[in-house]
Amino acid sequence: MLAEALFFSAVLFVIGLFGVLIRRNAIIVFMCVELMLNAVNLTFVAFAQQYGVGGQVFVFFVMTVAAAEAAVGLAIIIALFRHRQTVDLQNINLLKG
Amino acid sequence: MQTAQALSMPHGTLPLLYTFHFYLFALVAVVSALLFVTRKSPVAAALWLVNTMFCLAALYVMLDAQFIGAIQVLVYAGAIMVVFLFVIMLLNLGHGGIGDTRGLGWKLAAGAVGLAILAEIFALTKARTPMTLTLPQGFTANEIAQSGAIAPVAAPLFNEYLLAFEVTSILLLAAVVGAVVLGRQRGEDHAR
Repeated sequence: MLAEALFFSAVLFVIGLFGVLIRRNAIIVFMCVELMLNAVNLTFVAFAQQYGVGGQVFVFFVMTVAAAEAAVGLAIIIALFRHRQTVDLQNINLLKG
Repeated sequence: MQTAQALSMPHGTLPLLYTFHFYLFALVAVVSALLFVTRKSPVAAALWLVNTMFCLAALYVMLDAQFIGAIQVLVYAGAIMVVFLFVIMLLNLGHGGIGDTRGLGWKLAAGAVGLAILAEIFALTKARTPMTLTLPQGFTANEIAQSGAIAPVAAPLFNEYLLAFEVTSILLLAAVVGAVVLGRQRGEDHAR
């Protein structure tokens, strides 16, 4: 099932990328990044079936990093909301100059 | 344990039921992901993403990664998505007032980038890996049948990847401290 798993993982990754680009809600953009991480995890697991269990160990690390990223990212979003009263990315353009 | 061996027979002899369920879960995952991206309300979007993650956990189990499937349900669908829902409700974003998408130009650009990356990934899947890297058919399933679902993952984690495992704990500590510092109320700033 390697080819099928790779196909579906690519489709999920592109859906996540599409969401990152078209959504304006910071929390949904963040969830789209999680979806992209999940798609990569599916690739790792599919390859682990054929090339050894190291891929599953990598999924374990990806999940840990995703958990840390979610904690810090959501704290940033809360701080941003407290500052600006919005999570709309179009209103958050401080670095745009 | 016999099912795990039966499930990873050579490609041509896969049971029809296995193939059917693989495609079923994969299609449900893709449809849920599409619904997730297009929902206006953040709560509905988060719940569709949870559905995608459950389907991915099912796919992991079918790909001989039972432990990773369990972790996916516990950590991703359980912990991370609960934190997301908690923040959505804490900031009172559930009504979807600002869930609007960007303009048409952004959508076209996103579609172009998506198609380009999709084509690139499909070109990459055509690449051949050296045969010496490939394990014999059903190797992972046999390992799981012999020593359980957790031991084959745990052994490399505590031998080859021990340093990375320890560094992960430092990363988690830094993330916790960072989250507390960022989420703290700035009460003392106003008092001054």
